[in-house]
Amino acid sequence: MSRRISNEENEQRFSVRAKRFISGEQRKYREEEEIRVPLEYVPDEEKNKKNKEDMENMLSKAYDLDENRSLRFFRHFYRIAALLCCIMLVAILLIEVSYLPPVGSANKPTNNEVTQKYIEDGLTDTGGINIVGGMILNYRAFDTFGETNVLYIATCCVMILLLVEDKPMRKLLKMDDRSFEPKSDIILQKIAMFLVPIVFMFGLYVMFNGHLGPGGGFAGGSMIGAGLILYVSAYGTKKTQRFFNEKIYTIIKVASLCIYGVLMIYFFYTGANGLDNHIPLGTPGHIFSAGLILPINILVGLEVACTMYAFYALFRRGDI
Amino acid sequence: MQILDWVRFGIGLTFLILGVLVMIVQVFGIFRFKYVLNRMHSAAMGDTAGIGLCILGLAIFAGFSFVTLKLFLVVAFLWCASPVSSHLISKLEMTINPDFEKECEIEESAEEEIKKENEKLSEKKGEV
Repeated sequence: MSRRISNEENEQRFSVRAKRFISGEQRKYREEEEIRVPLEYVPDEEKNKKNKEDMENMLSKAYDLDENRSLRFFRHFYRIAALLCCIMLVAILLIEVSYLPPVGSANKPTNNEVTQKYIEDGLTDTGGINIVGGMILNYRAFDTFGETNVLYIATCCVMILLLVEDKPMRKLLKMDDRSFEPKSDIILQKIAMFLVPIVFMFGLYVMFNGHLGPGGGFAGGSMIGAGLILYVSAYGTKKTQRFFNEKIYTIIKVASLCIYGVLMIYFFYTGANGLDNHIPLGTPGHIFSAGLILPINILVGLEVACTMYAFYALFRRGDI
Repeated sequence: MQILDWVRFGIGLTFLILGVLVMIVQVFGIFRFKYVLNRMHSAAMGDTAGIGLCILGLAIFAGFSFVTLKLFLVVAFLWCASPVSSHLISKLEMTINPDFEKECEIEESAEEEIKKENEKLSEKKGEV
């Protein structure tokens, strides 16, 4: 029997490969699935020597206490000042504690009228069925704004420390992606294809229902962030950066914080607890109700999702 | 009707207690076994059987409503996610541990495949 194409080409044909795959002769994804073994650590002797010399120079010249008199004075002064500060702090705290009311007394600050006010007037004031949601996003909205700022600043600090800004180094990191993650694992990919949309949907559901039931921006945002992390670990960075790269990350993060700030300015300018503003509260129980709570929930959720994903990506690769 | 309620309570309680027992076995397994794959086996047991039985008991307690549907969604999520994580851990163990043959028996056909894989790995190491 004659064959027109060579043996090698024949093996490359789809039908032959499919036959083999079905009969179990060859595992199709076997070659691509392993992890690259990391290189052994080889200490660079010249660099070590230089570092040692630098360290000795620094110790002998800058931190020599016999020559450097101002440093000696500073060290003594520092110890005495630290001791004094500690004693003063302890004294202030002890005096404050002595003024606190005894446990279980009726005049305790936790027994004041605020709890009653929240429970009785929460629905009419905020329009949200979930009283906790109304409390943290309407009565105490300024506090939640501070928390969102904390998230923003935390990611900024992590980016300052861990983001690789050197361009050739960045290219190298992207080339060497496989040493950090088991890529193209078929089982993980199939399960991620099934689970990631569900996780996103449930996160959105929790985020949009913050004023109607338990949940809100923080919970929903962390779910969406977890879904993003699952997607990255299944499909790798290249496919994730098609829809979520550094540019989009920056836009979402800054824009959500700015819009939140603008909303807060409006909210406080028109009356501190939101009674006199012009946003209709709607009928309680509908999705579009409760005034500013729904948009603020969405903005907080976007912020939290970006924070979660950025932490994961920065700690793993030094790049988003 | 009261008898029916009691029967439901009894069935729910048995499922809950079974689930908790499985979880206790899981905890013992995690702390007593010494090798990764054995530990993984016991941990996966609690993630699938333990949680499934517990939530089935809770669903019988609560009656069938929207909350019960959410509980079953939790079970479905865990049954999808837990085996995959076990699979990833075992694969990592197989590729990274050089003394894999000492820990467990391997079939002959699988042994050849592992040998081929190790050769490929060493070739790649040389490339880098």
